[in-house]
Amino acid sequence: MSTTLTQSTQDNASFGGIQARATSTMNAARIAISNLDFFYGDHRALKGITLDLPDRQVTGMIGPSGCGKSTLLRVLNRMYDLYPGQRSTGQAMMDGMNIIDPGVDLNALRARIGMVFQKPTPFPMTIYENIAFGVKLHEKLSKAEMDERVEWSLTRGALWGEVKDRLHTSAMGLSGGQQQRLCIARTIAVRPEVILFDEPTSALDPISTLKIEELIDELKHDFTIAIVTHNMQQAARCADQVAFFYLGEMVECAPAAQIFTAPKEKRTQEYVTGRFG
Amino acid sequence: MSATLATQSLPGPAKNIEVARSLGSQRHRTNQIVKVLCVAATAIGLIFLASILSTLLIRGVGGISLTVFTTSTLPPGSQGGLLNAIIGSLIQTFIGAAIGTPIGLMVGTYLAEYAQQSKVGNAVRFVSDILLSAPSILIGLFVYQLVVTPFGGFSGIAGCIALAVIVIPIVVRTTEDMLRLIPATLREAVIGLGAPKWKMIVLICYRAAKEGIATGILLAVARVAGETAPLLFTSLGNLNWSTDLTKPLASLPVTIYQYAGSPFADWVQLAWVGALLITFGVLAINIGARLMLRRGK
Repeated sequence: MSTTLTQSTQDNASFGGIQARATSTMNAARIAISNLDFFYGDHRALKGITLDLPDRQVTGMIGPSGCGKSTLLRVLNRMYDLYPGQRSTGQAMMDGMNIIDPGVDLNALRARIGMVFQKPTPFPMTIYENIAFGVKLHEKLSKAEMDERVEWSLTRGALWGEVKDRLHTSAMGLSGGQQQRLCIARTIAVRPEVILFDEPTSALDPISTLKIEELIDELKHDFTIAIVTHNMQQAARCADQVAFFYLGEMVECAPAAQIFTAPKEKRTQEYVTGRFG
Repeated sequence: MSATLATQSLPGPAKNIEVARSLGSQRHRTNQIVKVLCVAATAIGLIFLASILSTLLIRGVGGISLTVFTTSTLPPGSQGGLLNAIIGSLIQTFIGAAIGTPIGLMVGTYLAEYAQQSKVGNAVRFVSDILLSAPSILIGLFVYQLVVTPFGGFSGIAGCIALAVIVIPIVVRTTEDMLRLIPATLREAVIGLGAPKWKMIVLICYRAAKEGIATGILLAVARVAGETAPLLFTSLGNLNWSTDLTKPLASLPVTIYQYAGSPFADWVQLAWVGALLITFGVLAINIGARLMLRRGK
C-alpha cells in the first residue's frame, strides 16, 4: 500500500501496489440511475448518467474536482432542492419510485437515504441528543427504546466504547474523528437503506480515516453505500465497484480491481495513474 | 561559497539603496504620525467617557439612600424617592422587550431563512435598517398618533409599544446576522436526516445561534432602558405611584428630564441618582451580553 499511484504508468495491468478488492459479482441494483442530467441554472453539471448502486455493496465515485461526483450524491437525497435554480431530469429508481420525481416526500426519502458530509457536523447538543434527534423525526420511541437505539447506533458507528460514559455531554467536545463517527451513527440511527458518504475522511487524520474505512467495510453488510473520494487508495480499499467521472460524464464503472488494473477507457487510466486530475 | 553568494548582486535591475533608505524612513515617519493621531483620538473619546462616568458617580452616589428605592416622587423638599420611576421603567422596558423580541426574532428568521435573495426580503431588510437608525422621537410621535390620540390619552401601554418599535429592528438585525453565520453544512446535515425546514430552524439553528441572538436582545433592552423621547409622547411620566398601564406611567429617563431642569436642589440630586441607576443598569446588561457572547464562542 506504500507505493505511489504514479509508478505503473507504462503497464496498467500491474497497478503500483494498489490492492483493489477482488469482488467480481455485483448484487442487484438498490438504486438504478439512468439518463440523469443535473443543472446548476443553465450549467449542465451531470450529463446522462447511467449507474447502478448494487444492494449492500460499496460504490466508489472518483474523478477530478468539479466532475460531478458530489453533485450526483446530492441528487440522490434531493439535497439540491434546498437551492433555487438547481434541477434534475432523468431517472433514479428505488423500489419503483423515481427519486427525482417532484412529488416524492423528501423527508421520508432522506430517512431512507442518509448522508455523511465532508466536514463533521455535530449538532450543538449532547451526544445522546445528536443520535435521538434524527430518530425522533421519524419514530415515536419510549425512553428505554431510545436508549437502546442510541447504544445500537453508537456501537455500529464504532464510537460506543469511547462515549458511553459521557453520553450527556456536548458533542462539540469530541475530536474530529469522533465527531465524524457520531455523524455516521446519527445517520445509521434513522435506519436508512442507503448511506451516501461525501468525502467523509478528507478532514480527518490517517488514524481516524482508517477507522472510518473499517466502519464502512462493516456497514456494507446492512447498507447500500456510495462514497465520493479524492483518495484513490481509499476507493480501492473500500469500494466493490468504482465509477470514474469526468466533466459531468460517467466515463467508466467497473469492479474496483478492474478500474485500477485494467480500465477500458484511456481517460480512466490516465486519471488513476495520476497523469491528470 | 556561501560568502560569495551573499555578496553577489541579484539578477535583474540594480536596486538604488539610497532611494530605498529614504523611502523607508519616510514610511517610518508617516507611521508615527498616524499612530499618534489614532492614540490621540482614542484618548479624547475615553476622556469624555471617563468624565461622564466620574461626574455621574460624584454627583449621584451622595444621593443614594434607601428612600430613593422605597418612596415615590414627591413635591420638592419632602424627601421623595424614585420608586415609581424605577418600577415604571422596569415595566415599560420589560413589556416593550416582550412585545418587540418575538416580532424581531420572527422577522430576522424570515430574512435569514426564507427570503435571502427575494425582493420582498431585501425591502424588509432595508426598511428595518432605516427603522434602526430612525430618531427615537419620530417613533414617539408615530405611537402618539397611533395609540395615544385614538385611545384618549397618554398611557403606559403606549410607552411599551413605542419601546417595542425600537426593539424590533435591533433584534431583527442581530437575529438575521447570527442565523446567517450558521454554516450551510450544518443545515444540510439536519435536512439530510429528513428534518422539515421549520424543525431545522427551531431545534438546531436557534440553538446554534442562541448566544448571539440573546446578546442582541440584551443590547436592545439596554438601548430602550435609557430612551426618553419616545416616552415623552406616550407614557408621559407620572409623579404619583401608579402601575396602571392605561394611565400615564413614570419612567427614569422622563423623571430625569423633568427633575434635572428644575430649580429644586433635591430634585436635581434625584435626577443624578436616576442617571447613575440607568447608566449602571445598562452597563450591567452590556457586560452580561458580552460574557454571554464569549461563553458562546
